[in-house]
Amino acid sequence: MRLFSYQRVPDLENASRAGRDTGQGQGDAPVQFLAGGTTLIDLMKLDVLRPSRVVDITALRDRHARIEAGPNGLRLGALATMAQAADHPAVATDYPVLAQSLQLAASAQLRNMATLGGNVLQRTRCPYYRDTSWTACNKRNPGSGCAAMGGFNRNHAVLGVDGSCIAQYPGDFAVALAALDAQAEVAGPTGQRLVAVERLHRPSGQPHLEHTLGPGELITAYRVPAGPWTRRSLYLKIRDRESYEFAIASAAVALDMDGDTVREARIALGGMAYRPWRARDAEAVLTGKPLTEDLAHQAARAALAGAVTHGDNAYKPELGRRTMVRALMQAKALEV
Amino acid sequence: MSSSSGLSGPSRRNFLGAAAAGVAAAPIATASSHAEAPLEAVAGGRSNVTLNVNGRDHRLTLDTRTSLLDALREHLQLTGTKKGCDHGQCGACTVHLDGARVLSCLTLVVAAEGAAVTTIEGLAAPDGTLHPMQQAFIDNDGFQCGYCTPGQILSAVACVKEGHAETDADIREYMSGNLCRCAAYPKIVAAIRQARDQTKAIG
Repeated sequence: MRLFSYQRVPDLENASRAGRDTGQGQGDAPVQFLAGGTTLIDLMKLDVLRPSRVVDITALRDRHARIEAGPNGLRLGALATMAQAADHPAVATDYPVLAQSLQLAASAQLRNMATLGGNVLQRTRCPYYRDTSWTACNKRNPGSGCAAMGGFNRNHAVLGVDGSCIAQYPGDFAVALAALDAQAEVAGPTGQRLVAVERLHRPSGQPHLEHTLGPGELITAYRVPAGPWTRRSLYLKIRDRESYEFAIASAAVALDMDGDTVREARIALGGMAYRPWRARDAEAVLTGKPLTEDLAHQAARAALAGAVTHGDNAYKPELGRRTMVRALMQAKALEV
Repeated sequence: MSSSSGLSGPSRRNFLGAAAAGVAAAPIATASSHAEAPLEAVAGGRSNVTLNVNGRDHRLTLDTRTSLLDALREHLQLTGTKKGCDHGQCGACTVHLDGARVLSCLTLVVAAEGAAVTTIEGLAAPDGTLHPMQQAFIDNDGFQCGYCTPGQILSAVACVKEGHAETDADIREYMSGNLCRCAAYPKIVAAIRQARDQTKAIG
């Protein structure tokens, strides 16, 4: 690991000031925020992230870790840990898709460390990104190419990819947040603003830039609007092993039903895409129609219509379709 | 190496740890002065840290990059906490930070200042009576090579305390962050079941 200086900041104002050079995900950004550290320390050991200054924002948890549930929705402080949110009774009861996306992620130890803010911004697990002995990685070395295209790409993205990068967004929680139209509260030197979680991550094109936060900006909370769909929701995660593994396919589904008919469907996919992926084409197929398995298949085909595969990951579109169909039929059968 | 390590003569540990020379690791009696004071790195990338481990404060001057795991093993000679993958993937380095199980390999020691660290060396009673979880691992043969065992035990103690050990399925799910290369999993589950029931009987 390279040398760095370490600084603790007591509050948001100081964090924003100290974090002006955090960049937008670049490996050579001179400053990185440290909360749970489960991504940052790992990638600093691998020499993928190379900050000269680490700004510890743990003290912000005094004011930015509360979890509040009310009639208008849920507010999750960004410094709350994954475990705190997963175990919160209101989250588990009224927003099961969120609780499940957290419970099914990582391990108990990692969930005790990782915060909700950092979790959403976690980096890809692409082995060519994580291993600096591969020079061709547009995410690490802009313009150098992509070793994954012709390499071992069994768990690389098939949606939202282009010729520059096929890295998969590995997280679960952000997928569930995107399905529920969650917004991130963002604070920085220029004040506060709201950003749709769906728009926190950049589309492909410039893979070395990860997110849309500006200099010194931090996610301070997530707002999840209440709605009749949040209780009839679930997160289905398909993995190579039963626990403690990233998704090879996942679906976050929330349904508002009138009997067998879908009033409104919210669907997002994980384990499939370059960034948390809202499946609006699939939602449109379902709206206003009785939810049958045939209709679910039709929706799933719409969701994966634009899939681009690169060899090892050719199985993914079909697995993604089946995952979405199963999630939809399970959500329909839920007793809420 | 430090003169405060309590070791005399060359040992495998000192030999292997030669790169970490010049470290002061003197236990001190006073309480930690943590609070929110900004902790700035001192010249040469070194930091002064007061670390509370198993109820005792230790004042350390060490490289700012040091993980909590390396601070425990290489600077405080508490080698019960094991280094497996060093990347948060195996659970061998599990310790408790203010009672919560965490991975010491992904924790910077400078960030652990002000927290109470518990390691496998701190689980037994002062008179040497083993923690019920330690005894349960022995009674049930919950290990083969033993390398993952300290992490398994620390994780298991927390798992029971969190209330995530009510069923065998829960135990397997909430212990999945601790890999056992020897695959002693059925006996680990049995050990946790025993310790859980004993803890309940006592409580």
